Amino acid sequence: MIRLLWRDLTLGVRAGGGFGLGLGFFLILVTLVPFGVGPNAENLAVIAPGILWIGALLACLLSLDRIFALDFEDGSLDLLATAPIPLEGVVAMKALAHWITTGLPLVVAAPALGFLLHLDGAAYRWLIITLLIGTPALSFIGAFGAALTVGLKRGGLLMSLLVLPLYIPTLIFGAEVVRRGADGFLVTTPLMMQAGISAGSVALLPFAAAAAIRIALR
Amino acid sequence: MNIIWEWANPRKFMAWTDRALPTIAVLAAIVFVGGLVWGFFFTPDDYRQGATIKIFYLHVPSAMMAINIWVMMLVTSLIWIVRRHHVSALAAKAAAPIGAIMTLIALFTGAIWGKPMWGTYWEWDPRLTSFLILLLFYIGYMALWEAIENPDTAADLTSVLCLVGSVFALLSRYAVNFWNQGLHQGASLSMDEKENVADVFWYPALMAIAGFVLLFITLVLLRTRTEIRQRRLQAIEMRERVQG
Repeated sequence: MIRLLWRDLTLGVRAGGGFGLGLGFFLILVTLVPFGVGPNAENLAVIAPGILWIGALLACLLSLDRIFALDFEDGSLDLLATAPIPLEGVVAMKALAHWITTGLPLVVAAPALGFLLHLDGAAYRWLIITLLIGTPALSFIGAFGAALTVGLKRGGLLMSLLVLPLYIPTLIFGAEVVRRGADGFLVTTPLMMQAGISAGSVALLPFAAAAAIRIALR
Repeated sequence: MNIIWEWANPRKFMAWTDRALPTIAVLAAIVFVGGLVWGFFFTPDDYRQGATIKIFYLHVPSAMMAINIWVMMLVTSLIWIVRRHHVSALAAKAAAPIGAIMTLIALFTGAIWGKPMWGTYWEWDPRLTSFLILLLFYIGYMALWEAIENPDTAADLTSVLCLVGSVFALLSRYAVNFWNQGLHQGASLSMDEKENVADVFWYPALMAIAGFVLLFITLVLLRTRTEIRQRRLQAIEMRERVQG
């Protein structure tokens, strides 16, 4: 399983796209926002938590179809399904690799982009913490969505329709924590809720995703 | 209870619905029209809300159905996964568009009601927002059915989506409470509360709800029959193509 993780990581880094693409998209989105709403620092500071979270969401979504589609096309997904490790483990490792190649860079880059959007000083800590807690949930939910649409010809658009509604709770709690942090309110409850969603997604969704893949490969 | 398992045989389902459907349909029409007419024309105006209270008889039942239809799809999806009950999967497929329309009706009547009451058609209130999310779930579910060619694969994958979607729909429902304080009142139709609506409104509302339930049963049976016939037609076409 560790070797599978390494394989996916090296593939993600070397095969181009996956690693830098999400970050580049995140950067472009944040650059576009001031053009859309005007460069007024006060306005930007108000919407910064939401924009950063939506940016992370979309950047994640962008690279989701790479999780299974390539392996499905060249047949290695069939091999992985018949390998001696459980398919749930394969899914978990692939989601983890997706998180390391897209989620983790976002966490590292987010403070710099928050600076561009005049994010309130007190909120940086919470931005990093929520992204660190929340992006694994995005990867694992996304892996489930990718597994549902893996056999389909034009699955990409459908997948965003299926996955984005599932992202809503993570988005709500994530942006809420950052917003409360910026205003100096107590953040415990939404933070706990978000941690709960992440833990639940990581623990349970690999089973659902593996079931979907088995159906698609049948 | 036994009849549900016998319905796994489409022929038995078709025979039973063929006999029962006219009765159910007539009953649904009577209760549905009766409840609405009673509510619209034979109840007094509310002392605070005036005549706008009338939309209550459309808004509340459709909102209840929007949620209950998803629950019904969850149950039928589970039955399909556990027992490979073909009619059950088709019933879930047949129910989804009805649920989506019910959600739309609830959203639209809510908007029309919201204008005179809250002074706005749309507010990012938790309940309104969670209904919008519910609509997205219905759309995604239907889109997944449409996207997959093999009917059994489609039934399997949409069932998995329905299960996971239910959990996340529930999560969103409580998440939006955190995100925004709302305008909606609390529950006013629960059985044990003293703060219930008065009996003059309560009985026609009950009849309207029963009418919506019966209407849904009629529609879902009709649509399931259509799905079964479509499936048979496909089988016939396939056979003819094979025999050349």
